[in-house]
Amino acid sequence: MRNERFRPGFWTWLFALILAAAAVVTVLRYWKGLGAVTNLSDRFPWGLWVGFDVLCGVGLAAGGFTITTAVYVFNLKRFKPIVRPTILTAFLGYILVAVGLMYDLGKPWNIWHPMVMWNPRSAMFEVSWCVMLYLTVLALEFSGVVFERLGWKRAVAIQHAATVPLVIAGAIISTLHQSSLGTFYLITPGKLHPLWYTPMLPWMFYLSAIAGGLAMMIVESRLSSRALGRGLEMPLLASIGRALMVALGVYATVRFADMARLGVLGEVFSGSREARFFQLEMAIGVILPMALLAFSAVRRNSGRLYGAALLVVAGFVVNRLNVSITGLEGAQGGHYAPTVAEGIITLMLVGIGIAAFGIAVRFLPIMAKVEEPELLASVEPSPAGGLVTVPMRS
Amino acid sequence: MIALTPDPKSRALLFDVTRCIGCHACAQACKESHGFAGTGEETELDATTYTVVLDKGDDRYLRRMCMHCADPSCASACPVGAFTKTTLGPVVYDGSKCLGCRYCMIACPFGVPRYEWSKPVPVVRKCDGCIERQEAGKPTACTEACPAEATVGGTREEMLAEAKKRIAENPGAYHPEIYGEHEVGGTNVFILSPVPFDELGMKVGLGNEPLPNLTWAALSKIPKVVGVGCVGLSAIYWITHRRQEVAAAERGEEE
Repeated sequence: MRNERFRPGFWTWLFALILAAAAVVTVLRYWKGLGAVTNLSDRFPWGLWVGFDVLCGVGLAAGGFTITTAVYVFNLKRFKPIVRPTILTAFLGYILVAVGLMYDLGKPWNIWHPMVMWNPRSAMFEVSWCVMLYLTVLALEFSGVVFERLGWKRAVAIQHAATVPLVIAGAIISTLHQSSLGTFYLITPGKLHPLWYTPMLPWMFYLSAIAGGLAMMIVESRLSSRALGRGLEMPLLASIGRALMVALGVYATVRFADMARLGVLGEVFSGSREARFFQLEMAIGVILPMALLAFSAVRRNSGRLYGAALLVVAGFVVNRLNVSITGLEGAQGGHYAPTVAEGIITLMLVGIGIAAFGIAVRFLPIMAKVEEPELLASVEPSPAGGLVTVPMRS
Repeated sequence: MIALTPDPKSRALLFDVTRCIGCHACAQACKESHGFAGTGEETELDATTYTVVLDKGDDRYLRRMCMHCADPSCASACPVGAFTKTTLGPVVYDGSKCLGCRYCMIACPFGVPRYEWSKPVPVVRKCDGCIERQEAGKPTACTEACPAEATVGGTREEMLAEAKKRIAENPGAYHPEIYGEHEVGGTNVFILSPVPFDELGMKVGLGNEPLPNLTWAALSKIPKVVGVGCVGLSAIYWITHRRQEVAAAERGEEE
């Protein structure tokens, strides 16, 4: 634990400024309605908050289920050091998606309605259940870290015993959730541009989220090593870089094969606005990083690897915004660009995410020290029913 | 598949472009019967405009309103089932269930649902097929107001028969198709036009399959994903950990 005096720097001041502006937007949003602060309209009922906060927030949290599955199900133990930071990212990501929905939903106080008012034919119904269930799974997965910090041996043991079932549940719920965000758009064949509309949209969202989640792990490691001087070891990061390259390869293959099957490859070079955005998405998010990651000189250099991962994340964001905004502009006859106020709320969410990540890694056993074997070992032989009492760790 | 099929006995409307004189009486009557401000001469649907009459040139006028699909996309999209396809015909909406996700607006192939963007407690707005009037056995406000029989009402089978009769009696005056007979699985509003529908700016090529089927193709696989996921991941867990145990036992050391 570091014991520095808190000195607000540039980023802290910027964050404070964003929070102050967001407070004003928040008041206006609830007082005057969505129209007062957003560029949302009957033509564009979904904008930045759905396209970025929800679609990207959920997608980039996909590392949570891929890495826990790799470690606990596939038994790839060398990835263990990244389990906790990745679960933390996923947990924060999902919390922020929920906070973002408080702004975007017209009547957020009714957010619990899908629990009691069922419509199993609705992709949105599936999504609401996935968000609720996966938030619960993530909270339980993350609770081990908190119990450990508090020194609650018994709770740590119970949480530890539940790990594998939780990981399997998390993998299934995430698979459903990531793909269901693509399912949203299956009902829009006449609206969504053919460059993005495909009956395989659920698969596309799923496969691209796996790549996006892996890229986020590399980005986080870099950020936390900058902030704390503690990041992941280079060999491990290089392995993630290799996995990212494979994930991108799988996605690109499926994507282009599907486009060929549907006969829309020609659209890529049609010169339309949509084609340019598609080229941008594929170039920066898939092709360029895949080419870069093919070189071990890139995978083994933390700066270059970070650059390649940032490209993937940026391309991922462009893809989600293309599906949710660019691809619908033609059919809706117009353009949508977010207001400054919409941008402020999104920046606020990103800022809270980064700040919360920084605070959590400072005060909770997340980076480097993965598990405390002595803490687990000591609890196992305890007599049945006996309470294990330990002094609080300082 | 759990798709809904058109009910021939449900209430439907027939709008005939060749008869419409562009007087806006239907839109005006709609405003009055719902208690909305406005002249009825609006050109875009909004939260207090459930139908508009659009001037398409050449003395042709086109009405825009909810098509009251037999298997509505909005109803399938809504996570809380706020939309209902009534047995009477109209697709109705219950704002008290709505959480404001606006997925209905994304889902509607005709771009009909509107939102109350300027209200702090907003709801979705769209034509309710004058459900209360129809339940009382009265025609819709727009039908009642039409002086030219451009909008007429009746059961779905009656309206289809009427449309076919009009085309048969005057084949030169009509494009020989009834918009809404098969589109997206059939609707409860039919449109007759003197020219192909896309020339009036209407959406064509929507297909005859109800759009909710496209979503269901994915959603119906959820039980399989859960089943295969549980069994598959458990099996992988068992194999990978068993392999490790065996390896440890062979080395004669404890794990």
